[in-house]
Amino acid sequence: MNATDNPPEHWTDHRIETWVGVMLRTGVMLAAAIVLTGGILYLAHNGGRRPDYSHFHAEPAQFTTLSGVLHGVAVLNPECIIMLGLLVLIATPVARVVMCIVGFQFEGDRLYVAISTVVLAILLYSLFLHR
Amino acid sequence: MTALEFSLILFVTSIAAGLLGALSGLGGGVVIVPLLTLIFRVDIHYAIGASLVSVIATSSGAAAAYVREGFSNIRVGMFLEIATTLGALVGAWLTTRVPTHAIGIVFGVVLLYSAFTALKQHHEVITQRPDPLALRLRLAGSLPIGPDTHQDYVAQRVPAGFGLMTVAGTLSGLLGIGSGAVKVIAMDQAMRLPFKVSTTTSNFMIGVTAAASAGLYLRSGYLAPALAMPVMLGVLLGSLIGSRLLVRIHVRTLKIVFALVIVALGVEMIVNSLSGKL
Repeated sequence: MNATDNPPEHWTDHRIETWVGVMLRTGVMLAAAIVLTGGILYLAHNGGRRPDYSHFHAEPAQFTTLSGVLHGVAVLNPECIIMLGLLVLIATPVARVVMCIVGFQFEGDRLYVAISTVVLAILLYSLFLHR
Repeated sequence: MTALEFSLILFVTSIAAGLLGALSGLGGGVVIVPLLTLIFRVDIHYAIGASLVSVIATSSGAAAAYVREGFSNIRVGMFLEIATTLGALVGAWLTTRVPTHAIGIVFGVVLLYSAFTALKQHHEVITQRPDPLALRLRLAGSLPIGPDTHQDYVAQRVPAGFGLMTVAGTLSGLLGIGSGAVKVIAMDQAMRLPFKVSTTTSNFMIGVTAAASAGLYLRSGYLAPALAMPVMLGVLLGSLIGSRLLVRIHVRTLKIVFALVIVALGVEMIVNSLSGKL
């Protein structure tokens, strides 16, 4: 079996990647725009004293859970807006794996639908369950 | 120092890190943690949180450019992401258990190793030897090397590559870095994939690997929004500028300079960790 024996498949792989590339860039720019908005609001409100990061004391629940972040965004808490941007950013690679599953399904490549699904399962486990 | 000044200094520093990271091919993430801990006196847990999000931003931001070149191999990337994401789960869990100075020492060693691999002369061995496991997993492809010319390649030593990728993932989760250096070694040295395929596929994998640590970092409170904000925006901007400049700059000299900076930071990390100052 030689990889160049079936050029249409190579082309389709490239199409999946092009798709994914555009999605990733859009996602990252959206995330950066949200983080920047939150950052400007944050500096406008808290431009004076800077927080102390020299000792670790886990961030409050407002910043460590999805519901905490979303509640904060609803009341326009600047740091929660920054966190929302970071969550969008973290979601971009996850979306990439989902798009690959769909792409491999179109190609009829069952093995890689399965492999991508395993990667997605590990990601979802890590995002929601891992302790 | 006010929050505004602190954010601006961090932003400018992060642009420089992202720029140098993109130009040297070492990634900006690798210097963010030592800069934050050694110079800005940030606790290493907040530092790896800020670094991890900037690593995801760089990987996703550069993806479109890499795809255009057509070197990356999504099957190789996806298969090996099983190893890197599992490793990242272990690594992220370790950060919540391992003492700070131990993280610092491992970080220092990884920095020294990254500098070493960046400077090492590169010998490419592409092979088309039909490796049965690689062919069953369809870990093969063809690399465009000119108009209408392609170089076929087949991955070799798949189990070794997979094992090294687990290590790369663990280091990524433990240190909040992309561990591009280890990923490239696994694909380039162990699996004998063409260098361009290794580097571009590695970039793709870095985002997915880092996302696998992000959940635990978030829940453990490592992501400090006001700290991550200037770092993530700066590294992203710097790496985007860097990837545009790449064609016009003499990379070899720059690589040596950046590698020396990394060696200095690595030594400093180890010394500070051993003396308990980190």
